[in-house]
Amino acid sequence: MIVDDSAAIRKILQRVLVQAGVALGTVHEASDGNEALAVLKTKKVGLILSDINMPNMDGIELLTKIKEDAENRTVPILMVTTEGNQARVMQALQLGAAGYVRKPFTADQIKEKLTGVI
Amino acid sequence: MRLGNEEIVSMVREATDSVFGTMLNLAVTPVTPHQEPVHPSTYDGVVALVGVAGYLTGTGRISCSPEFACQMAGALLMSEFNEVDEDVMDAVAEVANMVIGNVKTLLEERGGPLALSIPTVIFGRSYKTRSAGVMEWTVVPFKCGEETLEVRFNVMETPKVVHPMLTLEHLHM
Repeated sequence: MIVDDSAAIRKILQRVLVQAGVALGTVHEASDGNEALAVLKTKKVGLILSDINMPNMDGIELLTKIKEDAENRTVPILMVTTEGNQARVMQALQLGAAGYVRKPFTADQIKEKLTGVI
Repeated sequence: MRLGNEEIVSMVREATDSVFGTMLNLAVTPVTPHQEPVHPSTYDGVVALVGVAGYLTGTGRISCSPEFACQMAGALLMSEFNEVDEDVMDAVAEVANMVIGNVKTLLEERGGPLALSIPTVIFGRSYKTRSAGVMEWTVVPFKCGEETLEVRFNVMETPKVVHPMLTLEHLHM
């Protein structure tokens, strides 16, 4: 699943996942944390790429809620974000994010992170 | 420590070059920057604004022609766009988010944490914009082929507010 308030970034990441051979099934999309949690209630998800700065529910709160959810806490979550504040990045990693890629990113950077995550 | 215009120009150039080179595969060439007072001219085209808040308060914005907005969206999404539609405006918003977001990261290194607003995109003809309290914009233009991209930035130190109750308490002491 790709969680980002930008449809442009969701399209780019979807393309990267297909190129990397990761997106073998349906790639679900969500534009904020609330939508992502709604998807998780009905769909089985194997990997989440999530932005941090989003309206309604940001990526840190989403990450916290997923890690509290027994059903989904083991799903790897890679943060893909413009956020460069080290404190926020460290917070995400301490909460259990599997990795972090900063925007702007190249497809290779995403693929490299994914190899370590899945 | 006061933030100089040269520092802003340097940060904007670094961020813009990084975003355009990495995500759009477009080379942008910096043009001479300038300061512009707040009484703005009338604009045509696409503008995206992102607010910055924290130890500094201000706004970053990028603006360009509709044609260049379509070119940016095409480069970002690997598609062709002939008019400014939802996809193009979303792409311009994301470019603004990344450029201003990367300037924000550079600003954080010199003064502490900052927050960004969600980008707002405007597309139209003969419009003016105004940011309350802003005296002057630092305008950092770039050329990309025949097209021009303008990145504007204004930030000022956030005034320290003394809580009224704290002041009263101190008066009673």
